Amino acid sequence: MATISLRDVRKSYGSQEVIHGVNLDVADGEFIVIVGPSGCGKSTLLRMVAGLEAISAGTIEIAGRVVNKLEPRERNIAMVFQNYALYPHMSVFDNMAYGLKIAGLPKDEIRARVDKAATMLQLEPYLQRKPRELSGGQRQRVAMGRALVRDPAAFLFDEPLSNLDAKLRVQMRLEIKQMQRSVGTTSLYVTHDQVEAMTLADRLVVMNQGVAEQIGTPITVYERPASVFVAGFIGSPAMNLVAAEVAPQGRGLALAGGGTVKPRDTALPDPGRKVLLGVRPEHLRLVNGANNADFEIRVAAVEALGADTLAHGHAAGAAEGAPMLVARLPGGTRVAPGDTLPLAIDPGMTHLFDAGTSRRI
Amino acid sequence: MVQNNQGSRIVAHAVLILGIAVVAFPIYYTFVASTLSLQTILRPPLPLLPGREFFTNYATALFGGVGRIGGVDVGTLLFNTTVVALAVAIGKIVISILSAYAIVFFRFPFRMFFFWTIFLTLMLPIEVRILPTYKVMVDLGLIDTYTGLTLPLMASATATLLFRQFFMTIPGELVEAARVDGAGPMRFFFDILLPLSRTNIAALFVILFIYGWTQYLWPLLVTNSNDMNTIVIGLRKMISFADADTEWHLVMVTCVLAILPPVLVVVLMQRWFVKGLVETEK
Amino acid sequence: MSSPRVTFNNKLLPYLLVAPQLAITLVFFYWPASQAIYQSVLREDPFGLNSRFVGLANFQRLFEEPSYINSFKVTAVFSIATAVLALVVALLLAVMADRIVKGRGFYRTLMIWPYAVAPAIAGMLWLFMFNPTMGTFAYMLRSAGYNWDPLLNGNQAMVLVIAAAAWKQISYNFLFFVAGLQAIPKSLVEAAAIDGAGENRRFWTIQFPLIAPTTFFLLVINTVYAFFDTFGIIHAVTGGGPGKATETLVYKVYNDGFVNLMLGSSAAQSVVLMVIVIALTAIQFRYVERKVHYG
Repeated sequence: MATISLRDVRKSYGSQEVIHGVNLDVADGEFIVIVGPSGCGKSTLLRMVAGLEAISAGTIEIAGRVVNKLEPRERNIAMVFQNYALYPHMSVFDNMAYGLKIAGLPKDEIRARVDKAATMLQLEPYLQRKPRELSGGQRQRVAMGRALVRDPAAFLFDEPLSNLDAKLRVQMRLEIKQMQRSVGTTSLYVTHDQVEAMTLADRLVVMNQGVAEQIGTPITVYERPASVFVAGFIGSPAMNLVAAEVAPQGRGLALAGGGTVKPRDTALPDPGRKVLLGVRPEHLRLVNGANNADFEIRVAAVEALGADTLAHGHAAGAAEGAPMLVARLPGGTRVAPGDTLPLAIDPGMTHLFDAGTSRRI
Repeated sequence: MVQNNQGSRIVAHAVLILGIAVVAFPIYYTFVASTLSLQTILRPPLPLLPGREFFTNYATALFGGVGRIGGVDVGTLLFNTTVVALAVAIGKIVISILSAYAIVFFRFPFRMFFFWTIFLTLMLPIEVRILPTYKVMVDLGLIDTYTGLTLPLMASATATLLFRQFFMTIPGELVEAARVDGAGPMRFFFDILLPLSRTNIAALFVILFIYGWTQYLWPLLVTNSNDMNTIVIGLRKMISFADADTEWHLVMVTCVLAILPPVLVVVLMQRWFVKGLVETEK
Repeated sequence: MSSPRVTFNNKLLPYLLVAPQLAITLVFFYWPASQAIYQSVLREDPFGLNSRFVGLANFQRLFEEPSYINSFKVTAVFSIATAVLALVVALLLAVMADRIVKGRGFYRTLMIWPYAVAPAIAGMLWLFMFNPTMGTFAYMLRSAGYNWDPLLNGNQAMVLVIAAAAWKQISYNFLFFVAGLQAIPKSLVEAAAIDGAGENRRFWTIQFPLIAPTTFFLLVINTVYAFFDTFGIIHAVTGGGPGKATETLVYKVYNDGFVNLMLGSSAAQSVVLMVIVIALTAIQFRYVERKVHYG
């Protein structure tokens, strides 16, 4: 068990820098999820921690030791790969034992450790089978078992669930969380799936184009996104983000396509400032009458999902081509295209971002 | 599946049986001749069924020595040929798998230069460099040696290309998993890569064994003494149509013995043979 | 996401790994090949003491030599006839094997034997059956009143070596044709059957066009085989004769170099062969490229 710390870590391929200085301190036993769209550099970052990619600049420490120049095997880490990377010609037992054999552990120690991991992962009946004789979920467990037996300073997960079907993914997600809780090993986990990220993480690192846009607990990231990118990436359906300008004389925000929004409990910046207004669909409530509303939308399309009803529409007074806004209303709500809905933003749930820097105001 | 009618299937079987007859008959004919006495062979037409001299002829040829090739017995020729075929097959596989491993799993200066150097040997069969190669062999003192018979045949662009192609299908994650597990390059090679290459090696072995066994021009060039000949060359030396002394019954025996081992390898390892044949030509 | 190839970062090891193959290729391939090219522009005096640069004179002389032109013709006739014969017979057998249900494995097992037979021995097998002193078939031909003697008649000698060379190649072609036919989706053949095409029509309109890539590939391979791998057949059966009726290019380069000891000419012939190999290999690889496009 160990802490991990990244100091201004950078990665370049030739003249092109793909990771632009990431700083991160992982506490002992913490579960960190690195999340972002494909190509954002999250896997590269993880592989730099693993020692599979060279570090162009900065330092990485594991358990207080700088590991920049160390081979993966010298870093005392274990990794779970996207495609499991099980050795196809070895039995489940041998797959799990291979690293221990190379490390030169005595036979009975190896057996004890593999048996213990197998018990924990319910793999005992399969120890003599070859990977091809296992189901996807079982292979996933073997890959975890291989990491577990090493008893490493840190677990590194590289999108381990992306090859499983939706149902199995939910189940394995819970198992990974439980396993990590029970052994308490510091973990770095890479995914592009925000649900996985939100449910697994003690803290999230949201990456975009080689930059860690925000590092924080899932709730912080959700409730107080630090940038437009984070706001749009986390949450489903995605946050409504509309360009706006602060109107003079307290008349609220003038939306880019026409129409206004007057968030009543939010202090607005100086008039004339260009901003991006962000409101999550689930933070919009249907209210009685325009007087209680922050703004109104004219409904263009309705999606009834059962538990929820999604109403898509333009802000009242907006031109036809203006961006659509989405409100997530209770399931029973009866709305139809053409209706005008008075909506209020939940207290404290109005997000404003600077139009130039995209950072939170 | 379209069901062909009864009649067309009978025709198909008939054509195939005829085909087999053409394909197998020369071998059968020689086998029959190898069981006849010299006098019977010299009075055609030959009978269609084997005669009674099987044991006499085979024992004489294998252990008695054959006059026309300086009294060397066919057993020696068989031994030489086996050494050549095995050494060429195993040598080619070892050398090719190592260079393919370097080219696929390492990045180093001149990597592509080495690859092309190996690849372009495809365009340099022995026939296009025949005299100078012979001169090299003489200068290095490799005439009439097993080294001379085998070493120059061990470089193989085909086998290297085959291994390279196979290695490139091995997922990168497997290499990374091995590195995280603490395996260095040689450990990865022996513990992971070699076991995964088993069927490719078997397939290649069959093809290369046949290749080594059936060599002609090369052993013809680099062997002078009769007891270093391969069986194919020995056989050639035994025959003379102008000369009435040719011991035809022993020639027939030698012929059968020269055919039998590679045929057995091909038939018994048929699965790998077909795979090897198809893959080496990709 | 396809990442760049994962590799090990060892500095010295890769060089050690390629060293054996590289050493063999340099000593036994590149050095002699460069010597062949070098000698092809030199001429030695009759005692082999001095040699001087003569430019392309060796080549010029070579192409003025009637026996060299003859060996070109012989090679062309021999290669084309061998390739066509081996392809036609193998295709016929493969199509038949594709039509039957039972016994495919049995036929295949018997069909692959000749592959394992050395070309020189293939030649000898046919010679045993057809040589005038003791061959049963020669005896039968002569009994039927046909004047058969391949040791004296050049055309008959050619027929004999072609038969032997093609015989050996049938196995190889057969396996590839069977594989090619089996790769054709059954639904295509079935659709044609529903459209009312009979067995022969299905073959010529569906199967034959679809195995065209295989056929072309085999044509190249068979040509290369007939060019280079049949040296043993010629050497063991006819020795290039009678006259020079079966003297192929490869046989001539050997004969001029080792028997007639004509160094400059042999080197020039080697270089000509090199050009032919390069052309054939280029065709082969262009084809491979296309195969990739076809999927």
